Amino acid sequence: MRLQIPLVITFLAGFFMAVQFFVPHEVGVTVYTELLNWGRIVAAFALVLGIQSLLRTHIEKIRRQRRDWPYSAVAIVSFVGMVVVGIGFGHERGTGFDWVFRHIQVPLDATMFSLLAFFIASAAFRTFRARSTEATLLLVAAIIVMLGRVPGSLLVMFGESGVGMWLHAVMPDVSEWIMNFPTVAAKRGIIFGVALGAIATALRIILGIERSHLGGGGGGGP
Amino acid sequence: MNVWERLLELDRRWVFVGMALAVVIPIVTGYALPQGKPAPPTVAVYDYIEAIEPGEVVMVAFDYSPSSMPELHPQAMAVVRHLMQRKIRVISVSLNAQGTALGREVMATIGDEVGARDGVDYAHLGFKPGGSQVILGMGESIERVYPTTADGRPIATLPVMEGVETYDDIALLVDFAAGNLPFAWIAYAGERYDQQLVAGITAVMATDLYPYLQSDQLVGLINGLKGAAEYERLMDLDPAVAPGMLGMSAQSIAPLLIIVLVIAGNVAYFAAGRHRRRGS
Repeated sequence: MRLQIPLVITFLAGFFMAVQFFVPHEVGVTVYTELLNWGRIVAAFALVLGIQSLLRTHIEKIRRQRRDWPYSAVAIVSFVGMVVVGIGFGHERGTGFDWVFRHIQVPLDATMFSLLAFFIASAAFRTFRARSTEATLLLVAAIIVMLGRVPGSLLVMFGESGVGMWLHAVMPDVSEWIMNFPTVAAKRGIIFGVALGAIATALRIILGIERSHLGGGGGGGP
Repeated sequence: MNVWERLLELDRRWVFVGMALAVVIPIVTGYALPQGKPAPPTVAVYDYIEAIEPGEVVMVAFDYSPSSMPELHPQAMAVVRHLMQRKIRVISVSLNAQGTALGREVMATIGDEVGARDGVDYAHLGFKPGGSQVILGMGESIERVYPTTADGRPIATLPVMEGVETYDDIALLVDFAAGNLPFAWIAYAGERYDQQLVAGITAVMATDLYPYLQSDQLVGLINGLKGAAEYERLMDLDPAVAPGMLGMSAQSIAPLLIIVLVIAGNVAYFAAGRHRRRGS
């Protein structure tokens, strides 16, 4: 029964959602709206599960004094601090929560992400090689798209000469063409493949063939 | 070890130093290269908003966190300023927990600047967990999903929400996002409820969104910091106070450095004969 009941619920819910999309009957719309409410409530509980998982992981790390455990202590203190400040004193504009968010979390988060620029530059230098025809095509396209996004760079390279001005005017259009045609053609093929895969997976789940979401590992039936 | 081998073995910390200088010097000196003409997807967004009548409603979704702020915040500020200057009512939501604080800041800051009134000309409804459930839910009733604003006022009492029940009452939805949420907005709000959509995205996401632009599932696309700067130029903003145009100074030299590094790396690779060694 522990297996059959979830499978029946999955089948009924999946079948109903597929049918109601094409049959906008009043009853269907009412049930659909109610199911959406349930979905949002379940999503809210997922947040609670996430918090529980975060705390358990870090508390365990501190308890066993694993490598870099002081960072886990910082994570927990920060988490508890934000909760106390937010719930205790509100989170509107001008509150302590807002101050911590704007003056600590925003710069920290932005700093972490900005490190990417350094690693991209290093990786581009060390690994982006024209080792094959495909890699060469990719490399040339990438350079054109980059130049198209900052066409002023061409004026630095070629000066405000005839060639420099011509490239400055033309490169954004060439970059846009690459984005609009070869890239979209390849991307659309990928999207079709992903969409067909998603439909097949959804059907397998609704029909109870794919059961890995019920736990216990494995991909399920044939 | 010849010069090419040495170049290939260059300590990556020198690359880091070069990148830091390429970003910092243009910001400090205010140096900026001339930009090309605005990209057609950015112009399409501007033109669409220009065609919206004052008093109509546009929903703005702040679906990004501080990590993407340098690219997306200038975009959001430019578009919200454009909407509020045109007396279009603006409702903002967020499907990203951190995005709600960023959205509140944009709405309040621009609202103060252009003299728009909270609750009358704009409202920030805040964050709801659930992603696609929230998007679908607003197609049936915005009030059921968002009974109150982010600061707890019932939305039914706000003049800005007058006559706004579902997507049918919203002229355009603009999603500023750094993740997968634009795809959810397209699939659920766009396809299911025929909502007109615009996406403001980070530059690395552009290739993923172009197919939807070509199929008219997106009205337009604002692409990275460059898109923000283009939008600001279309609005004829003063470059000295426009965050997109100011930020482009940092992006003027850095891509050039990356191009130089890629070319130098390849020249050194072939000149040092490593491709032959690899082949053998």
